[in-house]
Amino acid sequence: MLDLLTKPWPWYIAGPLIGLTVPALLIMGNKSFGISSSLRHVCAACLPSGIPFFQYNWKKEAWNLFFVFGIFIGGLIAGHYLISPDPIEISPVLAAELAGYGITDFSNLVPVEIANWDTLFTLKGFILMIAGGFLVGFGTRYAGGCTSGHAIMGLSNLQVPSLIATICFMIGGIVMANFILPHILSL
Amino acid sequence: MSESKEAIQQIKAQETGGADRQSRATDAMCVNESQLDHRWYHNLKYLVTGALFGILFVKAEVISWFRIQEMFRFQSFHMYGIIGSAVIVGIISVAMIKRFNIKTIYGEPIVLAPKKFNKGQIYGGLIFGLGWALTGACPGPLFAQIGTGATVIAVTLLSAIAGTWVYGFFRERLPH
Repeated sequence: MLDLLTKPWPWYIAGPLIGLTVPALLIMGNKSFGISSSLRHVCAACLPSGIPFFQYNWKKEAWNLFFVFGIFIGGLIAGHYLISPDPIEISPVLAAELAGYGITDFSNLVPVEIANWDTLFTLKGFILMIAGGFLVGFGTRYAGGCTSGHAIMGLSNLQVPSLIATICFMIGGIVMANFILPHILSL
Repeated sequence: MSESKEAIQQIKAQETGGADRQSRATDAMCVNESQLDHRWYHNLKYLVTGALFGILFVKAEVISWFRIQEMFRFQSFHMYGIIGSAVIVGIISVAMIKRFNIKTIYGEPIVLAPKKFNKGQIYGGLIFGLGWALTGACPGPLFAQIGTGATVIAVTLLSAIAGTWVYGFFRERLPH
């Protein structure tokens, strides 16, 4: 049983379970599923600075902060008690390509050779972690949602704007991964 | 909390909820549509749901930088399978909630507000896509990655919060 839990879960188990989060949150208390808004609530709670976009009753959305703190706890539990002893699965084509950039450690879910405290202030680390994070925060709010809000919640409710947003997420990601990231990883 | 106290709070929420709800729903998909106000500990059920969700994220390798790279390079079906099957289950669930008028555990009718199109979904979507392929994480996985011990990702999360703040600062001057 524990063996089943520690092995990586296949997509056809994980996907439907992620989908069930949508009705679960709706039935628990009329909450539409989403995650990136939590970043806005942090701004509204800690540094509203008189900006109209951060002037609202963030306490009404405190549920979302509980939810993302839960995700952190979930990461903690899974990372300590349910971690698979095997290296993570990776496509051989990608593994060969990454080896060309000196990335050969597949023991962790993040590429530990380029994402660690020592590389944070190298140009490569700065672009990957700091600039990347900034684009994630800026872009999701500009788009009005992230993968959870648009691609899962919005598409579940058959919203055309969410379909447009999801297609744009994919275009941005495909351009970055295939045409820009190789240059960054070569730095 | 007593029934009557909750009823008074409900009326209060309806009176003040309009403008604030609109403000909260600006540029957001996930909104608390409930008219009720509860004590803080009612939120603990979202913490538990989040924790289960976080475990799922780790075990399905959704938070793996490598899985995201595979997805954007069309080298693996894994992420497409996850997002695709999640959406199918979501569509069926929402359709059933609407069809059978399913209510919340507090007896409230479930509200699903339609979203309007604006150009932000295109510009913002493209910008987020660029960031997603760099960090290998959308906002949810950032929280889970930190939990698994990748503490440096806390900097990425802070940077994402900064990005959100800068968007709020320039919002009125950006095309929508």
